[in-house]
Amino acid sequence: MAKVIIIGGGPAGCEAAHQLANQGIDVELVEKNNETGGNLNNWYQLFPDRKSAKDLNDILKQNLNHPKIQLHLGMEPRKIEKNKEGKFLVPLSDGSLLEGDSLLISTGFKIFDARRKEEYGYGIYENVITSVELENMFYNHSIQMVNGNTPKRIGIIHCVGSRDEKVCNYHCSKLCCITGVKQAIELRELLPDTEIFCFYMDMRMFGPGYEEMYREAQEKYNIKFVRGRLSEAAENLNKQLQIKVEDTLVGKPLRMTLDMMILLVGMESSEGSRQMADTLGLNLAPNGFIKSQDPHYRNNNTNVEGVFVAGCGSAPMNLTDTLADARSAAMSIMEYIKRI
Amino acid sequence: MQQYEYTNKIYYDHFVLPFTIGLVVLLGYLCVKYYKWIKSFPKEERKKIRKGLFSFKTIRSGWEIFRESLLHHNIFKTNPMLGYMHMTFAFGWFLLIVVGKIESMVYHTSAFNPPYFAIFFRYFHPAKETFPHSEFFAFLMDLILTFLLIGILLAVTKRFCSRIFGMKKTTKQRAYDLLILTVLWLIFPVRFLAESFTSGLNGGGSFLTHNAGNFFSGFLPLESLSYPAWWLYSSLLGLFFLLLPFSRYMHIPTEMVYIFLKNWGVKQGKEYNGFSEIQVNSCSRCGICINTCQLNTSCNINDTQPVYFFRRLRNHEEYAQQAEDCLMCGRCENSCPVGINLNAIRQSKRPDILRVTKDTYAYVPQPEVKPAKVAYFAGCMSHLTPGIIKSMLQIFEKTKADYTFIDEKAGVCCGRPLALSGNWKAAQVVMDKNLQMIDASQADILVTSCPICYKTFKEDYLLNIKVMHHTEYIDMLIREGKLKVNALDLKTVFHNPCELGRGCGVVEAPESVLKQVSQKIPTVYDGKKSLCCGGSLANTVIDATQKTKISSDTVKAYAAYQPDIIVTACPLCKKTLGKTSLEIPVKDIAELVAEA
Repeated sequence: MAKVIIIGGGPAGCEAAHQLANQGIDVELVEKNNETGGNLNNWYQLFPDRKSAKDLNDILKQNLNHPKIQLHLGMEPRKIEKNKEGKFLVPLSDGSLLEGDSLLISTGFKIFDARRKEEYGYGIYENVITSVELENMFYNHSIQMVNGNTPKRIGIIHCVGSRDEKVCNYHCSKLCCITGVKQAIELRELLPDTEIFCFYMDMRMFGPGYEEMYREAQEKYNIKFVRGRLSEAAENLNKQLQIKVEDTLVGKPLRMTLDMMILLVGMESSEGSRQMADTLGLNLAPNGFIKSQDPHYRNNNTNVEGVFVAGCGSAPMNLTDTLADARSAAMSIMEYIKRI
Repeated sequence: MQQYEYTNKIYYDHFVLPFTIGLVVLLGYLCVKYYKWIKSFPKEERKKIRKGLFSFKTIRSGWEIFRESLLHHNIFKTNPMLGYMHMTFAFGWFLLIVVGKIESMVYHTSAFNPPYFAIFFRYFHPAKETFPHSEFFAFLMDLILTFLLIGILLAVTKRFCSRIFGMKKTTKQRAYDLLILTVLWLIFPVRFLAESFTSGLNGGGSFLTHNAGNFFSGFLPLESLSYPAWWLYSSLLGLFFLLLPFSRYMHIPTEMVYIFLKNWGVKQGKEYNGFSEIQVNSCSRCGICINTCQLNTSCNINDTQPVYFFRRLRNHEEYAQQAEDCLMCGRCENSCPVGINLNAIRQSKRPDILRVTKDTYAYVPQPEVKPAKVAYFAGCMSHLTPGIIKSMLQIFEKTKADYTFIDEKAGVCCGRPLALSGNWKAAQVVMDKNLQMIDASQADILVTSCPICYKTFKEDYLLNIKVMHHTEYIDMLIREGKLKVNALDLKTVFHNPCELGRGCGVVEAPESVLKQVSQKIPTVYDGKKSLCCGGSLANTVIDATQKTKISSDTVKAYAAYQPDIIVTACPLCKKTLGKTSLEIPVKDIAELVAEA
């Protein structure tokens, strides 16, 4: 019986494993961490319906309880080889060797290291956090400054590490805009008296229900959206942040003091994706993500026959698209297996 | 055919005319040209010439001319093969003229004989007639000629195969340049032939021309070749002199004039004037600047280096883009064997077009400045690297300095980016705003974290207080014992920022500080040989991708030394290198000192 090896047990890897197993394919799922779920483990609620991330994660995990799926947790693949018969040999870090007919790369994305945008002061000023750290605060239902005070004014900074040639990232990470809207609403629910500002350059509300959520954020939740990119931030003696922004709609420079600043960090190609590209000779797009063979018709195929890609390994995607992409990859693999 | 007879000391034949006319026209042209250029100098610069003329500086210039215009000592330092080639040409020709002149004077026993006499000595001097040391002179002249012919051989090789000289690219030439180049290359081989033919007919000469003459007489009709050869030799010389002022060989006389002017203290100002013209014409187009330019090595841009930019200026071609397409990193200036002010001249060709008035920046509030002994001006780039500011504030606190952070809340740009783009008038407006702030601080020392600000504070603000870059300030604190530092267990390489090292000559202070706080690995990029980070504000032509390419190539060069950290002393370098150096952290020297 045909066997598929999946590298990366995030939402894409889990969903593809489940779909393939249902079709009667043997699946070996390799995940470097000790649990599946990937970046989903760091999220509290999902946009646009505010569903619990844990619930979705649990569904994906339960689906893996399948006789056809073999899990390899805490394992990383070593140098992968394709033998003469077209089979993929994947040695794992524990010394075992997997053999499969096809390979699915679902190595996902990496969060942009906000320290690289030094002018925003992450890692230097104590009340600057990332959107990922904010999710953790939501999980604990507690939004506090480091000194324990409740923030009176919060600024959410869009496009940190995205669409920014100064950090060599030209691509849009797609889902930070809506994440910012979602997090602003969650903040408002927890902190009814706090002023909340979003500093953006464009609001890209591409998904169903997103634009409605954005409107609601302004009308119902009194979130203030300022079109302008943050230029620099400084810390005062009270550990507040003094920021300089240009309000481009008014055409004036703006100064403001914030108690807390949240950086909507973008997505970059993960180390896992780069390693896979390196060991298998996969083409990378200029933005560092794995390049699909064709953006429309063969978007799960790579330049190497038998190697497929699903989820954020090939481009930034929201969860809806990631799961759909995983199913699409499963179908492409089925097609390939029937052919060989 | 004229016979060699002792014609009672009248040495003349019509063939000397091309040479003589060429020489007279050339000298006349040069006198007029230099007079015009020097006349266009600003008054105070002309005063320097009058003051320097009868001083030790003139003697020093003579020595420098001998070293640079004849021996080409600076080119030797960069590239021995290239230096040797230039030396054989310049020094060889010089010796040929001087020794030839001495020889003719010994023969003629008079200091005054027509200038062509020495040049065509072998023609006029009957071979059978000996004079004191005549054989020794003949030997010497042959030796020098051999020396020159080898030089030509090298030059021909360089033109067709520049890699032998360790040069990836040699200067591209236009048709006119190729014509004069050919003339120059032909002069000495033709002289060799003329002397050999004469020797073959009448004897004389030494190991080279004598033997060659004997050899040629075996199969060539020397009787009918010898006289035309002298005509050709004279014509080539005359043609070379006539073509010279409009070719790159104008650098031969002009470089000497430049060396005098430089030593007398004449400076290149903001304006493009006669002194700039003299410098532009002093460029020998050796092409060393092409190889040091990172726009060439990283981005394959090959039309903007000083050699090409100056050629455009000289030929009155369009140069607007080339004036802007430069990082102003100063690597070319640092390696220029003639020592031309390459950056200042380029900057003077950038148009001053921005119209900015005092009201333009009226919205910037004039901050209240608390008076203190030390005024700290972080600069706008440092505000984008708060890690540097935080470290500097820690150092001020630790040493209990009486300081005031003058641009903490609000500040304006130092003006240098505007000046770099040629907009001096606009720069003056922002400079005035900063001057008020600096005055209000009543400080004795102005410390800045940004080498870009540092350079303009030092050179353009005309402040009567001490201006220090933070590396110099930290170095002073350590020397005075006010700041104790421990060596961190880190291997570091130092990226000296363009504006600090080459721009302001600050080399020792950062090196000394870094050696005390870390294990500094010596690199070939130390001191004034550092690379450009690629983030330069001076280039408005190349795009972000090209800047990133320069940055990543620079990071690769430093990464080859396998440091734990790449250390710099400029917020712009830190940001630029940091964007491509994802594996090796990039830090400012102040951050290391604050940690140590």
